[in-house]
Amino acid sequence: MSDMTKDPATARPSRLATFWDSDFVWSFRHSPVAIIALLVVAVLLLAALFAPLIAPHDPFNPATLNLMNGFTAPGVPNAFTQETFLLGTDDQGRDVFSTILYGLRISLFVGISAVMLAMIIGVVLGLVAAYVGGWTETIIMRVADVQLTFPAILVAMLIFGIAKGITPPEYRNEMAIWVLIVAIALSDWVQFARVVRGAALVEKNKEYVQAARLIGRGPIPIMFRHMLPNVLSPVLVISTISLALAIIAEATLSFLGVGAPPTQPSLGTLIRIGQGYLFSGEWWILLFPSITLLALALSINLLGDWLRDALNPKLR
Amino acid sequence: MLAYIIRRVFQSVIVLLVVGLVAFSMFRFVGDPVDNMLGQERTQTDIDRLRTDLGLDKPFPVQYFKFLQGAVQGNFGVSYRQGRPVSTIIAERAPATLELALVSGFLAISIGIALGVFTAIRRNGIAANTIMTLSLIGVSLPTFLIGILLIYIFSVELDLLPSFGRGETVQIGGWSTGFLTASGLKALILPSITLGLYQMTLIMRLVRSEMLEVLRADYVRFARARGLAERAINFRHALKNTLVPVITVTGLQLGSIIAFAIITETVFQWPGVGLLFINAIQFVDIPVMAAYLMLISVMFVGINLIVDLLYFAIDPRLRVDGRTA
Repeated sequence: MSDMTKDPATARPSRLATFWDSDFVWSFRHSPVAIIALLVVAVLLLAALFAPLIAPHDPFNPATLNLMNGFTAPGVPNAFTQETFLLGTDDQGRDVFSTILYGLRISLFVGISAVMLAMIIGVVLGLVAAYVGGWTETIIMRVADVQLTFPAILVAMLIFGIAKGITPPEYRNEMAIWVLIVAIALSDWVQFARVVRGAALVEKNKEYVQAARLIGRGPIPIMFRHMLPNVLSPVLVISTISLALAIIAEATLSFLGVGAPPTQPSLGTLIRIGQGYLFSGEWWILLFPSITLLALALSINLLGDWLRDALNPKLR
Repeated sequence: MLAYIIRRVFQSVIVLLVVGLVAFSMFRFVGDPVDNMLGQERTQTDIDRLRTDLGLDKPFPVQYFKFLQGAVQGNFGVSYRQGRPVSTIIAERAPATLELALVSGFLAISIGIALGVFTAIRRNGIAANTIMTLSLIGVSLPTFLIGILLIYIFSVELDLLPSFGRGETVQIGGWSTGFLTASGLKALILPSITLGLYQMTLIMRLVRSEMLEVLRADYVRFARARGLAERAINFRHALKNTLVPVITVTGLQLGSIIAFAIITETVFQWPGVGLLFINAIQFVDIPVMAAYLMLISVMFVGINLIVDLLYFAIDPRLRVDGRTA
């Protein structure tokens, strides 16, 4: 190893080149579906991140809104103000393109936070269950089994409902986003816990864990420093698929009126609003948020599918 | 076998008791029931009387026991919002949800299995590939968007089918059915497709992957070598052996249909239990939420139990394992 770094002739290719030539990247470069999906996700992520810079209007500042602009069709100048809006406006005269950008922000924020929280809960409980075993394992996995028999969306709804009952009415709108994140995370941790436990049970009996135990490392460093890196690759796959599910779950809850409040509309809230104009002909209020949500969920799903195949050599 | 059944039933009872505890805690700790039930003009005597009437002065375990006793008899108290007994409201709403779930479950199973077998047999055909691609989109498409899309096509553009409600219903005893009128049947079409589509794609993909695995097995190759007809091989030999996982997933999906009915019922304003539950969450109507929670968990636990026991009926190998375990 030390010889190699000294002699430039036999030095290994740079890290970047190694990475570029790895199986993982190779399979990515040769999958047009994965490339397109990643592009779509990247564009939507950037759009959400820089929403305040990109959005032509601030949909949450009433001073910039003009009610005369209400129901302007996409790309057609408004009859009264002569202003043109790329994707039209809603009943309040809010620019649909801008509300989508801000909605995307909330959808992605809730989705990503929920998956991260679910991942932390699931990975910790899964590792502890596998490593400690005994009663701890039985209790954790029993709870997981029971929760798994209920659909995640139902669990999320119930948690949301209970939280709504506990929080005082004046804080409900402020708290809604955080409650939503916790509700979706608590409905989703089981997947992580089960997979991590399965993988950790295998790792637990390997020699490196026994060696670490032998030299006297405590259970916490063994679990999180030694075993954790070895159980992470299935976690990566699950978190991508979970992200798509979490985004859809958030949209569904908001669509049902038990999610993001009207003051902070997510894509689901926008679709809920748009549904009201389905029969009166203002199709753009409904169509564009729906397409955005669909593109986001579909491309994350496709990316997850590809990742699962790429990380599982058996399928190649 | 008997030991296994007893153990499973015992586990189910424990799950129900825990769910009951959650439901009861909602009653007890989310808001003050006395506050919720008495109006602005109340006196301390009113409060004390109601507290004694509701048994709120008793210790927690006694209250929990009383709650369970009431729940078993179908008594969940009075809805905060409608002021009527929850059991009556749910009984009114249940037929709508059950009829919807029945039709969409039937659609999902019959079409799902048929398409699954088809795509497995013709796995390189254009039709099969198209179906598989469409199903991937179907899985990514949230239920409510499917509903809106169907409403847009069949109600707004084509004006063929109603976009909301159950149409005319006929009252038979305590059961209101939409099966007997033309408008009731028409109203069922869009919601049941919306509700069944996701489960259908799931069953289809599962049947397909199981079939592909089984079709590679030696006994299928042997059956082909014996010169049996394709139909007999596919349906008598292959499909039969895919049924164990299919029945598990289908059984569990039956419960999901009831849960996902919440979404479909909201999109189509279908007057079922799901819509009731969503409204209860919006208005923090605790008794209705608790009753729904209990009801749906009884259903889920029951379905799980039945699915587990069905294994024994379908897969003889498990019976041997069960005896030795």
